[in-house]
Amino acid sequence: MLDFPNDPNMRLRNSSVDGADGSQLFEDTSGAGSASQAGFPGQSLLSDPMSNLAMAYGSSLATQGREIVDKNLDRFIPISKLKYYFAVDTVYVGKKLGLLVFPYMHENWEVSYQQDTPVAPRFDVNAPDLYIPAMGFITYVLVAGLALGTQNRFSPELLGVQASSALVWLIMEVLAVLLSLYLVTVNTDLTTIDLLAFSGYKYVGMIVGVVAGLLFGRPAYYLSLLWCCAAIFVFMIRTLRLKLLSEAAAEGRLVRGARNQLRMYLTMTIAAAQPIFMYWFTYHLIR
Amino acid sequence: MAFTLYSLIQAAILCVNAVAVLHEERFLTKIGWGVDQSVGGFGDEPGIKVQLMNLVRSVRTVMRVPLIAVNSVCIVLLLLFG
Repeated sequence: MLDFPNDPNMRLRNSSVDGADGSQLFEDTSGAGSASQAGFPGQSLLSDPMSNLAMAYGSSLATQGREIVDKNLDRFIPISKLKYYFAVDTVYVGKKLGLLVFPYMHENWEVSYQQDTPVAPRFDVNAPDLYIPAMGFITYVLVAGLALGTQNRFSPELLGVQASSALVWLIMEVLAVLLSLYLVTVNTDLTTIDLLAFSGYKYVGMIVGVVAGLLFGRPAYYLSLLWCCAAIFVFMIRTLRLKLLSEAAAEGRLVRGARNQLRMYLTMTIAAAQPIFMYWFTYHLIR
Repeated sequence: MAFTLYSLIQAAILCVNAVAVLHEERFLTKIGWGVDQSVGGFGDEPGIKVQLMNLVRSVRTVMRVPLIAVNSVCIVLLLLFG
């Protein structure tokens, strides 16, 4: 019935094996022996056949239990897909943060693919990730607590209130974007987690604005917030343009037609909602 | 601005209730949003109104029974904890 836009064309993100073959998501840093139980100090414990049996039984029970938990958890939260979004490294984070604050010189915004699966974020600076939004959210909550503390309005419950408010608005924004994508029937391969990542990128701008305001006062806050709002507006437009609009319109040629116009309006609205949120969440922190 | 996750859940429950309460023949057909009026052409452009009508119909079909349970839980929680 409800055919959300990510079903037909979804590129599989969990098909890359993080083992020794193919494209690895994570490097294998487990070192040498991982499952050897030899060399126990308590030799007398091992020589008893009954305790051998008990240990074998216990370990098989534990493995079974872990498999059941993994299987059930994977039904609700797609863990293997989430792993893709956290496969980042320092170089990628640095480049992406630079891109979020200064997107004007970047030219190629396409996400590169490797045999029909998107390349992991550590190899492509255009791919969305969840590391920066998650860290940005936590840093925003802490910086908000700091800012409220400088105004003597701080109490530990406020941290929880700020965190849950920001989380609620994030969820509502992602739901609103999903609903509008469904209504406009855009055939895109944007998944929900992608939208969550894009909505989370605005926390970087908010943190920059609030820190500048704390260090240098209100004019610095307004200036840096203006700069970050413009930057994130351009960033969102350039990123979403490739995903939401049709091929011709994405290349910049003017394509007439009601549908393309609607998609353009949708892209503009999503991009324009980011600066509004950024201002709304931070103006009460700088007095 | 002091939202909690519970107020989001409450708002969602209220919205879904509002959509589920719309009666098919007394109201939706009267304003032209009935299910028999949404069969458009078979092109690839359903249009926003048709999508909305489909969404309303889907929500009403799917959420009828679970809403009974969710509303009861919400009422009990409100009575107990205010």
